[in-house]
Amino acid sequence: MDDPYKTLGVAKDASQAEIKKAYRKLVKTLHPDLHPGDAAKAAQFQAVSAANDIIGDAKQRKRFDAGEIDASGQERPPRQYYRDHANADPRGRYDSGAGFGDFEDLSGAFSDLFGARAQSRSKGFAARGADRRYHLKVGFLDAVRGATRAVPLPDGSAIDLKIPAGVRDGQTLRLRGKGQAGVGGGPAGDAYVELSVDTHPVFTRDGNDIEVELPISFDEAILGAKVEVPTLTGKVSMGIPKGATSGQRLRLKGKGVAPASGAAGDQFVRLKIVTPSKPDAEMEAIAQRWRDHATEDPRANSWREL
Amino acid sequence: MLDEHDVVATVRRVQLKELRLWVQEGWIKPAVSDDGPAFDDLDVARVRLVCDLRKEMSLPVDAVPVVLSLLDQVHGLRRELRDLAQAVDTQPPEVRRAISAAYQAGASKQP
Repeated sequence: MDDPYKTLGVAKDASQAEIKKAYRKLVKTLHPDLHPGDAAKAAQFQAVSAANDIIGDAKQRKRFDAGEIDASGQERPPRQYYRDHANADPRGRYDSGAGFGDFEDLSGAFSDLFGARAQSRSKGFAARGADRRYHLKVGFLDAVRGATRAVPLPDGSAIDLKIPAGVRDGQTLRLRGKGQAGVGGGPAGDAYVELSVDTHPVFTRDGNDIEVELPISFDEAILGAKVEVPTLTGKVSMGIPKGATSGQRLRLKGKGVAPASGAAGDQFVRLKIVTPSKPDAEMEAIAQRWRDHATEDPRANSWREL
Repeated sequence: MLDEHDVVATVRRVQLKELRLWVQEGWIKPAVSDDGPAFDDLDVARVRLVCDLRKEMSLPVDAVPVVLSLLDQVHGLRRELRDLAQAVDTQPPEVRRAISAAYQAGASKQP
């Protein structure tokens, strides 16, 4: 990085107040959120912030002047600015379309285009009502199976919100016309309900697929067995193949999340061999006999890349 | 989703009292939840922006809604422009060329 004094445009013997003033002035002209889309200003602002981190702070400045620290150690990770989030927001929640009110005067196809879009916002004195945002926590199984929840409105009433089966964490439901009332005959805004879905102690969800960890005993692993597995719809019996091992994934087709529309996912059962909590003498004898003639090294793969 | 206290703990430069004022003024519009206001990434980024305006640039309180309103218009216009550019992008090459030619002709007509 360059000399922080040069970056801020101040003399080496500038007072702390002078540095602050210079920094403030640069922030006002360079702040990335005041220049959305201008990459050059953003880079310059980054340098100014880093320079201010050093010489804007009396203690850090003393250390820098004494040569104890250099400018390069102060570079901060690039920050996400408001503009980055605003650009990425699919709904443009804070964005204003008021700047298009007069585009309807244009003739031809363009006015149809913008007219149609602008109409949903404002036309003359009739303005569309503002959207409302709600946030709702949904239990894991409610999200899987679907549920009905009452969403309270500011006027004291409530709407019954139907949560369709298979909703995902972060999904937003839209209730058309349930936002604030329009002005001058304009349509009402919409209500957006953002869902966050709880986790479950047993089931892990990945899209419409479900994964569970299933502990099995050592004899079940060696000899194979028929065991009961928890699924979203209750207990299901499943065969463990002979010679199963920890980490092995077995699939129960169609036993995942069945969404309101689309195909159901699968459930994956990840096996985990659990040894007896208190091995008795016989168990030890079995193990000893096994050790006496075992030849396979379970860690053979661990040394491969060393 | 963060509640008020999470936001104060995350942003650090804002106090609870200020945050509530900013929400009341409509500068930040969090979602409504059973446990009070719920802030997502966009809301938190906007809180940081207001912090920068108030604290780094020492903008007076009255000036903040003016700046935010202009910024929201800029973002609204940028969004429309981006959508329009994308719509043009999906047209056949000859249509794109015609639009481009008419656009340049329009730009050169300006005084």
